[in-house]
Amino acid sequence: MMAGTVAINTFREAVRDRVLYNLIFFALAMMAAAVFVGQITIGIERLVIINLGLTAISLIGTVMAIFIGVGLVYKEMEKRTLYSLLAKPVRRWEFLVGKFAGLVLTLAVNTALMTLGLAAALFYVTRGFSRADTSILVAVYFILLELALVTALALFFSCFPTPMLSTLLTLGLFVAGQFSTALREYGHVAHNRALELLLGAIYYLLPNFHNFNAIGAVAHGDAIPGALILHNTLYAVLYITVVLLGASAIFANMDLK
Amino acid sequence: MTGAARTRFTRGATAAIPLLFVAIVPLQRGIDRYRASMSAPEELWVGSGTLLKTISMGYDALLADIYWTRAVQYYGAHFETGSSQFKELYPLMSIALTLDPRLTVVPRGGSILLSEPNPIGAGRPDQAVELLQQAIVGKHDDWQLYASLGFVYYWYMKDYGHASQVYLEGSQYPGAPIWMKGMAARIAELGGSRDTSVMVWSQIYQTATEPRARENAKQHLMALHAQADIEELQKIVDNYSGHIPRLTSLRDLVEDRVLPDVPVDPAGYAYVLNSSGVVTVNPASSVRMDILDAGKHDKAAE
Amino acid sequence: MVRSLDNLTFQVEEGEVFGFLGPNGAGKTTTLKCVMGLIFPTSGTARVFGRGIDDVQMHQEIGYLPEQPYFYDYLTARELLDYFARFFGYSAAEREDRVAHFLERVQLTRFADVQLRKFSKGMLQRAGIAQAILHEPKVVFLDEPMSGLDPIGRREVRDIILELKEKGRTVFFSTHVLSDAEMLCDRVAVLAGGKLQGIGSPAEIVSIEVHGMEILCDIAAGRQLPAALAAHAVRSGNRYRIQVPEAQLYGVLDQLRDSEARILSVAALRPTLEDYFIQMVEHPKGAPPAAASAGEQP
Repeated sequence: MMAGTVAINTFREAVRDRVLYNLIFFALAMMAAAVFVGQITIGIERLVIINLGLTAISLIGTVMAIFIGVGLVYKEMEKRTLYSLLAKPVRRWEFLVGKFAGLVLTLAVNTALMTLGLAAALFYVTRGFSRADTSILVAVYFILLELALVTALALFFSCFPTPMLSTLLTLGLFVAGQFSTALREYGHVAHNRALELLLGAIYYLLPNFHNFNAIGAVAHGDAIPGALILHNTLYAVLYITVVLLGASAIFANMDLK
Repeated sequence: MTGAARTRFTRGATAAIPLLFVAIVPLQRGIDRYRASMSAPEELWVGSGTLLKTISMGYDALLADIYWTRAVQYYGAHFETGSSQFKELYPLMSIALTLDPRLTVVPRGGSILLSEPNPIGAGRPDQAVELLQQAIVGKHDDWQLYASLGFVYYWYMKDYGHASQVYLEGSQYPGAPIWMKGMAARIAELGGSRDTSVMVWSQIYQTATEPRARENAKQHLMALHAQADIEELQKIVDNYSGHIPRLTSLRDLVEDRVLPDVPVDPAGYAYVLNSSGVVTVNPASSVRMDILDAGKHDKAAE
Repeated sequence: MVRSLDNLTFQVEEGEVFGFLGPNGAGKTTTLKCVMGLIFPTSGTARVFGRGIDDVQMHQEIGYLPEQPYFYDYLTARELLDYFARFFGYSAAEREDRVAHFLERVQLTRFADVQLRKFSKGMLQRAGIAQAILHEPKVVFLDEPMSGLDPIGRREVRDIILELKEKGRTVFFSTHVLSDAEMLCDRVAVLAGGKLQGIGSPAEIVSIEVHGMEILCDIAAGRQLPAALAAHAVRSGNRYRIQVPEAQLYGVLDQLRDSEARILSVAALRPTLEDYFIQMVEHPKGAPPAAASAGEQP
């Protein structure tokens, strides 16, 4: 599969780019800090470590997804590696899907590494795992879904030769997607039917990243309903498909100057 | 791709996208339902104020503002939807206060929102007390905090003993107005009397900066004024032994020259006499007597 | 409205080496990109072996070297070729063989495991040629293949092109190094201002009419050139360059012999491709000459 070839190469490139190592180091440092913070706040070490650890994994992953993602297509256009590549028997949409898969793979590996660090920190503090801890894996899975969606958005904007603007737009959509519930609530409170409908529509159009936030629940040891896991997975798959379709349509018609 | 194949692909993709969005709507609805059934306080993001303070890397003041703003929005959203659940109101405010102990609007404004009974507020004066005590720990020489705390004890909890103590303690700090000592003494003496209540609410009305708090104070004052009027009028009605065999309205008292005119309440509406012979506020009036139920004071003070 | 390409129509025959000439901005790279499907023409089509560029399978048969290529910073030359080779479905062993073979062909074996970000421009150019031909395509498109190469490198590229021709491949390359075009191409097309200015074999394009002769000679110290000749001569120290009409060649040679001049060379003056080129560029024609065979609109 041509997209797979592009994906493996994207993964290899990302891994060799030394920026990644700094981020992982930072994440591991956060884990160590979590252990020390856990000593300060008595009785809630588990809560603190899970909260801090998962938040760090999520934030760092998001930063990576945005900054690397926005360069995925743009860098190949700028460096003109794309020209030799598209002369090969590979379709433009296969190229896009391959870049997407490669970065998601990279993020998955990094997330897995950081989760191991989290597990180690948790074990150190609680001297053993409980059944409730398995829900942490669900929270990590949700984070992965979230990162995949951010990557898709970043890839979409990456098709345009405006790296600064692309980064801002991707970041903006991410923030908007975190607070879209507040936006909709405002519509309920504002006593204006037209505004309420508009904000409601925007709510469904925006990528709702808050769907994937289970950090609070998991830290408190709550179980996450299986139906929610299914829904979130489907949501991510559908939304990512939409974004990749849009990117493919635009990219297929782009003159590569 | 060139020409025809490209156009086909573009058309296909453009048609598929809105269809997929339509499929997303029921999914999102489902997600919202499941998340609502989860008990975790997602509103709080991170549930511990101290933790937040540690990791906020110097942006605590900003975060404090954000949390206070969210507390107010949370209050607004729940108030509008008629919900009686203000579960996260106190935690949000407490976190804001932890992040910035000098943000006095939080304990002062927040204590009112927490104390006022449903549907106006959370109906949790105990949480208001905790919040104010947390504030006092961070800033023990701010007389306004004691004034707010004394008020919560007095009005919402009818705890006259603590109210008096708190007013007294607050009165000794720099900038404390003269009336605080007097208030302490009055409360200790008389328990909850209407005059004390009027005094207390007048202070709130004069010193409040938030428009909603001022409005609330004004409503209370009007209601107290009306209450006094009604008691007087009721006495007159009960003791009437004039020419008209059976009083049907206060107008009768005017005709019988007992009253110069039918008295009006602070909102300008005439008081009425109902069929059971009880004087009440005019139904059309904006004066709301029910808000006094929270602070029903007993003449027989403890 | 500025047209980068205006009504460009031509056809390249299988097995020929076709040169695409023109000054910067003439539209050579634009033409190549249209053929590669990187940019889309406002109207017209490009076909290779009768198939349009959107036929992805057709890409198996073509190779492309873009102008001034860069490649992936963190890959080595070997990894780059291996990556591109994967798109053609070779087995791992086949890939390894091919990569080694073509690295050798472009003299990059020594640097096979060096990351591309450390490559010089010339080395990148050679890597680019390798990736264009490693799947042994029937048609090779090269955009300025000599650019950035020292004389040795350029000779190697020329050799590669001749080798491809010997194997029956078709080579289409754009250049503004005219001597290369003269030496290598079966046919050339000249592009200026987006319009085709002329197309045909170098010999057809440039007339073989001789315009005169040029004599290069040294005059011994103390001797003089005959005055009549000195008027037509360009002097540099003891060396003279004299242009004479062909009919007068032998008479002039006799005069020089009498002056005991040392004859260094005698050459025919013919317009070169360069002359033709400069003339075309400075005075572009409205319509292309009829030397081209009927082809499809690009």
